[in-house]
Amino acid sequence: MQHMSTGERVLRGILIALALIFFLFPIFWIVLMSFQTNAQILRIPPSLFFSPTLENYTSLITGQLKTASGVLTLNFMQNLFNSFILSTASVALSLVLAVPAAYAFARYKFRFSEDIAFTLLSFKFAPPLLVLLPLTIYFQKIGLANTYFGLIWVYQLITLPLILWIVRGYFEDISPDIEHAYRIAGHSWAKTFFKISIPLARPGIAAAALLSFIFAWNNFVFALVLASADKQPVTVGALAFVTASGIQYGQIAAAAVISITPTLALALFAQRYLVEGLSLGAVKG
Amino acid sequence: MTTLALNNVTKRYGKDTILDAVSLSIEDGETLAIFGPSGAGKTVLLRLIAGMTEPEAGEILMNGEDLIEVAPEHRSVGMAFQNFALFPHMSAFENIAAPLEAKPAKGDGIAVGVRKIAELLKIDHVLNHAPRALSNGQKQRTALARALVGAPKILLLDDPLRNVDAKLRFEMRLELPRLLEGFGSTVLYVTQDYREAMALGDRIAVLMDGRFAQVGTPEEIYLAPATIAVAELFGDPVINLFDAEVMAEDGHVTARVGRARLALPAGFKAAAGRPVVLGIRPESVVRSRAGSAGAINATVAALLPLNDRMVRLLITEDGQEFYTSRDFGEGSDAGEGATLTIGAAPEDIMLFDKESGHRIAPDAAAGRPIE
Repeated sequence: MQHMSTGERVLRGILIALALIFFLFPIFWIVLMSFQTNAQILRIPPSLFFSPTLENYTSLITGQLKTASGVLTLNFMQNLFNSFILSTASVALSLVLAVPAAYAFARYKFRFSEDIAFTLLSFKFAPPLLVLLPLTIYFQKIGLANTYFGLIWVYQLITLPLILWIVRGYFEDISPDIEHAYRIAGHSWAKTFFKISIPLARPGIAAAALLSFIFAWNNFVFALVLASADKQPVTVGALAFVTASGIQYGQIAAAAVISITPTLALALFAQRYLVEGLSLGAVKG
Repeated sequence: MTTLALNNVTKRYGKDTILDAVSLSIEDGETLAIFGPSGAGKTVLLRLIAGMTEPEAGEILMNGEDLIEVAPEHRSVGMAFQNFALFPHMSAFENIAAPLEAKPAKGDGIAVGVRKIAELLKIDHVLNHAPRALSNGQKQRTALARALVGAPKILLLDDPLRNVDAKLRFEMRLELPRLLEGFGSTVLYVTQDYREAMALGDRIAVLMDGRFAQVGTPEEIYLAPATIAVAELFGDPVINLFDAEVMAEDGHVTARVGRARLALPAGFKAAAGRPVVLGIRPESVVRSRAGSAGAINATVAALLPLNDRMVRLLITEDGQEFYTSRDFGEGSDAGEGATLTIGAAPEDIMLFDKESGHRIAPDAAAGRPIE
């Protein structure tokens, strides 16, 4: 990097700026849209200058959507709450199940261990629609349709393989000698797992949890089929903005802004765990 | 009293046999150096004793009790790893305290114990540092402190000086025996450096190809190596080896090496007529008078100063290479191209069976060799 000429540095700056504009412009535009009325959004040509309104946000929060054909009730806040419950609980359950499993797959060679690990990963390859129809029928029979529990169960298809495979790699990177040293020091297997293995894999666990939270949050198709209005997350709830009197772009934008805020905040918060070095000079390389 | 005994321990990884029915017994308070080339199975041996892996066959006894079913945390061993294996997310203090925390007595005792060992190893000023902030020497001392702090019955040191610089290695070689004596532990010390093995071991076990080639005191191993391979591993420069033939005539036993005839002790009489390999340590090569019996004429081909000694590579009349590492008195300034007449005292000459590689021991009393 020190050897770059001025020309190269300028070119590099321009390219980075172009990439940033390309990726961030949609987000910027949505934020602008969320402060405009439908009329302002749809005018031609579009303009950067407008008098901002908080109407979109207030209608989302109060649940009263005023349209040309009357007032519609929205349960966006309920959707947001559902998204929060579903994603958090799914990730928490997956962590409890997948972290010990990842450790087992990383450390022990048992019969069919690779096959089992791959089968779990293959759940992510299968198209969701393939399993949705039978799942819907089963769930209706056993009373799990339209319950948080049932949805969290199905969400394991999204979160569990991801956490398992990411965390497994991190466990494999920890020198087994570090664990051996702790056991020889007189500590049990379980204590070694919680005091040595888990803390050393923490950056991986944080990264996996964050990613699977985002995937769970963004999921649409499972929730669309398996959840009715009161259990729907924001991704499905956004369909309500397509009303008889037209598409409510302003509210959609405001809903998008509100719904990406938690994942964005989480990503920023988790960043410091993600960049934390893994081996930290434990063993001589 | 035997503290630790290995009986016919076999360890395989897949098709590779790492340890092939090895047996060993270690006395209470003894320091046993386990020496061998890399890949000989030294570390695997320590791992078996520590309980990190299980043998396919054989038993490991501590004070007569079989250890194999005992979990590592209950074996009362301490171990220092070659790669240190410090806990990266804990300070040096917490690293050293780990074995004490596992014991019932808690509280102030831990801090006192850690400080004491840290002062002894001169790392008390870096106890708050994380492992990544320690120098290699400090890491090595922290790992050693962690192994020692619990005063284990058996201390396993896996080449602990491998990853530290030469100066520190020399210091620790002087310091370690005193330190270990103070703890009274039985020590298994793995090393790839024959000097370290000779300096630290009460006995040395030479591990080669999954078996013990020889177990004995440093003197026994140096002066009476069991095989050619063991003789080659100990000594720098390496022992001089020549194909030779033993001849016995009129009560004189000699070895014919090319054109030269070297006098041998009478005890080698029974080896007459057998093809043997003759070994002379470089420091046993002496200057002899030209034309005298057993003299070899040679030319100095190269000089290599080694600390206080001068190592010379000589080439004999028969074109064989020869190392010497001894001062030659008046001839000590013999430079490249100089001609020397050299020989060796009969008692300094070792004979090995050419086929098996085993040493042929001279029978001092009857002149009858025993193998």
